[in-house]
Amino acid sequence: MNRFWRARRIPLAWLLLTRQPVRLAVALAGIAFAGILMFMQLGFRDGLFEASVTVHKLFDADLVLVSPRTMSSIGMAGFPRRRLVQAMADPEVAGTTPVHWNLMLWRNPQTRTTRSILTLGFDPTDPLFTDPTITDKARALTQKGRVLFDERSRPEFGPIAEWFSKGRVVETEVAGTRVRVAGLVSLGPSFGADGNMLTSRETFLQLMPGTPPGSIELGLIRLTPGADSSAVAQRLRENLPADVTIYTKKGFEEFEKNYWRSSTAIGFIFTLGAAMGFVVGCVIVYQILYSDVSDHLPEYATLMAMGYRLAGLLGVVAREALILAVLGYLPAYLAGQGLYALVRSGTRLPVTMDPQRALLVFVMILVMCMGSAAFAMRRLADADPAEIF
Amino acid sequence: MVLAAPVSTDLASTATVAVDGLSHWYGTGAMRRQVLQGVDLTIQPGEVVLLTGPSGCGKTTLLTLVGALRSVQQGSVRVFGQELNGAARDVRQRLRRSIGMIFQGHNLLRCLTAEQNVQMGSDLLEGLSYRARRDQAREWLRAVGLGDQLGKLPHDLSGGQKQRVAIARALAARPRLLLADEPTAALDSRTGREVVDLLQSLAREQGCGVLMVTHDPRILDVADRLVRMEDGRLTVDP
Repeated sequence: MNRFWRARRIPLAWLLLTRQPVRLAVALAGIAFAGILMFMQLGFRDGLFEASVTVHKLFDADLVLVSPRTMSSIGMAGFPRRRLVQAMADPEVAGTTPVHWNLMLWRNPQTRTTRSILTLGFDPTDPLFTDPTITDKARALTQKGRVLFDERSRPEFGPIAEWFSKGRVVETEVAGTRVRVAGLVSLGPSFGADGNMLTSRETFLQLMPGTPPGSIELGLIRLTPGADSSAVAQRLRENLPADVTIYTKKGFEEFEKNYWRSSTAIGFIFTLGAAMGFVVGCVIVYQILYSDVSDHLPEYATLMAMGYRLAGLLGVVAREALILAVLGYLPAYLAGQGLYALVRSGTRLPVTMDPQRALLVFVMILVMCMGSAAFAMRRLADADPAEIF
Repeated sequence: MVLAAPVSTDLASTATVAVDGLSHWYGTGAMRRQVLQGVDLTIQPGEVVLLTGPSGCGKTTLLTLVGALRSVQQGSVRVFGQELNGAARDVRQRLRRSIGMIFQGHNLLRCLTAEQNVQMGSDLLEGLSYRARRDQAREWLRAVGLGDQLGKLPHDLSGGQKQRVAIARALAARPRLLLADEPTAALDSRTGREVVDLLQSLAREQGCGVLMVTHDPRILDVADRLVRMEDGRLTVDP
């Protein structure tokens, strides 16, 4: 370290940049803009995928049964409930919960407009979510026509949480049938559903009389402690008929995310958006570095005449790019944090600055700056020391 | 049995610069034009040679060839004994570290202070700490009478001051040969005189040869030898 300190030279790259503060500011603004664009697009993309499994993550299950015809959470198909009973035969299966799952129309009690809400129907005595407070609240569902409303649902469903907390009796209509809110739970909206409600199986069937008897949309399986979930899943696949698909809980989440990733344009659109940010950033950095090299061409030629190597001068341009990348990334990171917080409060989507994405964007900015520098360096080859006399 | 080729001990081998039968052309085909025609020139260590002649006669071309900035086409150019005809790019680049160059324009780096500009010269020296190189840069600026302008940017210096910074920069790399192309062109007569006197005395102290192209008749007296060029040929003035 000390040797490097002794051997250091005039920090030419730094001085070239900082002695032109306006140009530097423009460059940094451009890079930061590109970085923010990438943070936003990638953040939205990952946030939306993550949001598609907000409810999935809460289930108290090791394995999950769904119908092979199920494509995603917004189109859950039914399968025979018997399969869950059959699964109980496996020695490592500790318990099961049959769950009804469908989207229903909820009438906003204030504005009388309807909106689609994700409704889960389960036996209130069965465990559904890992959160124990929900199990307590579920007791209220044993009475018919009672529902638990997700207080984190979007405000379009009406001021349910507010009214309920004030002690008002909140009644509204779901799928044309009167229901009463018996409590509040906290789940969060997902990509496919703006709001959620829980109810008992009886109430669910009352709201959805068309449901075939003995058919459920989701089967939760809990294993004995220490059981290998993928081994049990494999065993169940062999023993159960082909009218069910068995996922581990993680696999179930991946299945849902994968639907949004591959069957919709979301992934493509946001990746394209991030790519646009990248391209815009490249153009800006290239412009800045190219004009910087052009403006200083006689000076670079002078340095070559003095005996500085071309490689050394290319290094100066590369260092300029590195400085731009680091200085441009910092404001992009901070603005990204701020915007994510804004998005979280505005849309309730789980958009967070995860370190992997922060690193990815930094690498993109670095590649952007270095690539542009490499192109700008070609201009340096025009610096002919013989021409400066 | 001959053990080794006889070592040449004539003046040419110890000379700072030895140019022999140097010819140079610009352009190709029908546009090809000869600018140097069999030039011979020798500069000894510590010798100050002034090169004069009408513009376009090839003075600058000779300077760039001796300065290893251009590749030699025909003839021989030896600088510190190193043959430049056919020398590789990196050989020429390394050689240039020992050649100080002072240009018509000052060619200072606009983003660097006077001190930093001079240090770009002393940074070429190897094995010295940053502090030592910076101290040398300051020393040289003091030597050219700019000890109180260390932190100024070129933009805040007068033409004469800039040219003096350029001289300090050229000398800070401890060159053994100094090439100057009309260093006084942009200066008034008094400053021009000062700059040339400074150049001469510093070059003498360092024992480095000087080849200076000039049109300025007022500074011809600093020369040890005056060489005149016309149409690509050298004619020694009486």
